[in-house]
Amino acid sequence: MDLLRFTTAGSVDDGKSTLIGRLLYDSKSIFEDQLRAIEESSRKKGDENVNLALLTDGLKAEREQGITIDVAYRYFATPKRKFIIADTPGHIQYTRNMVTGASTANLAIILIDARKGVIEQTKRHSFIANLLRIQHVVVAVNKMDLVDYSQEVYDGIMADYKAFASRLDNIVDITPIPISALNGDNIVDKSENMDWFEGSSLLYHLENVYVGGDENHVQARFPVQWVIRPQSEKFHDFRGFAGRVAGGVFKPGDDVTVMPSGFSTKVKKVYQDESELEQAYAPQSVTITLEDEIDLSRGDMLVKANNPPQQGQDIEAMICWFSNTNLNPKGKFIIRHTTKETKAIVQAISYKIDINTLRKEEDTSSFALNEIGRISLRTASPLFYDSYNQNRQTGSFILIDPGTNETVAAGMIL
Amino acid sequence: MADYNLSHLDQLEAEAIFILRETAAQFENPGLLFSAGKDSIVMAHLAKKAFYPSRIPFPLVHVDTGHNFPETISFRDAYADKIGARLHVGLVQDSINKGTAVEETGLNASRNKLQTVTLLETIEEQQYDAVLGGGRRDEEKARAKERFFSHRNDFGEWDPKNQRPELWNLFNGRKQPGENFRVFPLSNFTEMDVWMYMKQEGIELPSLYYAHKRDTVTRNGVILAVSEFVQPRESEVVENKMIRFRTMGDATITGAVESSADTIEKIIEEVAAARQTERGNRADDKRSETAMEDRKKEGYF
Repeated sequence: MDLLRFTTAGSVDDGKSTLIGRLLYDSKSIFEDQLRAIEESSRKKGDENVNLALLTDGLKAEREQGITIDVAYRYFATPKRKFIIADTPGHIQYTRNMVTGASTANLAIILIDARKGVIEQTKRHSFIANLLRIQHVVVAVNKMDLVDYSQEVYDGIMADYKAFASRLDNIVDITPIPISALNGDNIVDKSENMDWFEGSSLLYHLENVYVGGDENHVQARFPVQWVIRPQSEKFHDFRGFAGRVAGGVFKPGDDVTVMPSGFSTKVKKVYQDESELEQAYAPQSVTITLEDEIDLSRGDMLVKANNPPQQGQDIEAMICWFSNTNLNPKGKFIIRHTTKETKAIVQAISYKIDINTLRKEEDTSSFALNEIGRISLRTASPLFYDSYNQNRQTGSFILIDPGTNETVAAGMIL
Repeated sequence: MADYNLSHLDQLEAEAIFILRETAAQFENPGLLFSAGKDSIVMAHLAKKAFYPSRIPFPLVHVDTGHNFPETISFRDAYADKIGARLHVGLVQDSINKGTAVEETGLNASRNKLQTVTLLETIEEQQYDAVLGGGRRDEEKARAKERFFSHRNDFGEWDPKNQRPELWNLFNGRKQPGENFRVFPLSNFTEMDVWMYMKQEGIELPSLYYAHKRDTVTRNGVILAVSEFVQPRESEVVENKMIRFRTMGDATITGAVESSADTIEKIIEEVAAARQTERGNRADDKRSETAMEDRKKEGYF
């Protein structure tokens, strides 16, 4: 059984909660006591139907206000796959939450209300999925029951969507599915109400979509997280480098280079607990020992000389700004990139993107909360990085405000 | 590319080990909460794997209500010994003696809420700046919003409306003096994943998790084991039942389920067929709709 992480995005009334509720319910992931509890809550609030949104909106403030405040993670499994849903709210804080949910997702479900078609929000969601390099998108045209299951309506919406999405080059596959989350059309089984639709049901697609190619298995990258030195009698000289493979494959005997020192050596052994592995690849957590005693510690990186990452202090990146305090040029931050932490200063703000029109606004000197755009950074010590489009792990970073310790930005290196 | 696929359990394991190592690297003095419940045993197992062949670079910490099944305590001590870990025990009784915690009275009295007091006192006294716990997001609706690295203020309180976003594999454990973190490496495991992982790894569990015969009373719909701490009340009938426990907590509130599952395979079958969440038997969660959120805000796990 493997794992698929996906995000759901939609606005308040397009049936996102109903869809998630149905996936959980039909895969028997909602338990009787949970269902009873939300029936009771719905009744207390005077709702006519059982409000499935109460399953995901767990916080008191959310239940009182009927909104989702934060990303909620939900789980279900079928015999084929385990699924992790990052359920992101559709209201005003959507950008921060959607970016967060999207950063670990392989697939995004974008919901469109069949009565409304492609709206600004559809474009925003798609833009963020593309920016965070989610390669697989399902466009779920929901509430088909309210447009008499009309193929014409559906075709019109998809023509609009595809015209817009042709500009989003990171999305490798777009799978459109007409559904009714409320009635269960094309959710688990193919709908008899839409025999004109030739694709598969949503759950079938989620179970079978191939996401194995999303990791980078070519460029070898091993950011050192922790040095293991037992200093015990049995393992007197043991010096192992613990970390999670961020790209490529490491095998015993491989020639490797250490960044930043530039020294070369060979991989001696690859351990996972007590067992020795023949190879390690992303996203495995392993411990690597080397043939030679060389200086290597947290924040350094093991790579292969024939395919090294870029190294430098001047970083061009797209960022999403998360703080209520605006970002200004010359702002100083702590940057966390792989396992390395150093300081960074904003050298320039190049442009921000109006995510409703996707236009660049070049005459800009600051970013406000939830704004996205391009900046130039100078770091105190060099980063070893790849472009985000080549590697999500070595191409991403966060900025931390040194005064408040808050995470204030998510960055994707260009 | 078929060679490079990891099963869902291997992916969850890799993620949890990454978080454990990140905790060791980002904090000065972490502790790992260990109650000898199944989630904390999985945590200790993962920690052993993460730092092999070193010993776990932080102690196991048990907040002991004093209302435990004897099987739990003997398992706890033997396990710590086996993996060569230090064990620190914080006693709720000590907090009660000091007067910082006041024993609940009345029919449904429990020491569950007092654990928070002792936990916070233990954190302060031992100066832990991060405490690792086995909490999972599938357990309860407030936990579904929990971060891997969960920030707590000077008073150990959780502010769910103002959490740091967590992106990619980048975890921000920076804090002011006096603040601390709760860290949850098993966030993405479900109850089923925990059982499947224990089977894959051949992890040993206290006998209480497997079906056995025991004297019980049924109170507010919850089956409780008769013990030193739970005595039948008037009008309650003691029944000898074949039961097992799905979670391990204070003996006064942890409900059992009737079951004949005496092997891990049978338990997995039972979990797959279950129509109740595992915390459905916990009287502490039933106190109100947002009981868990309220307790977490005060500093509970």
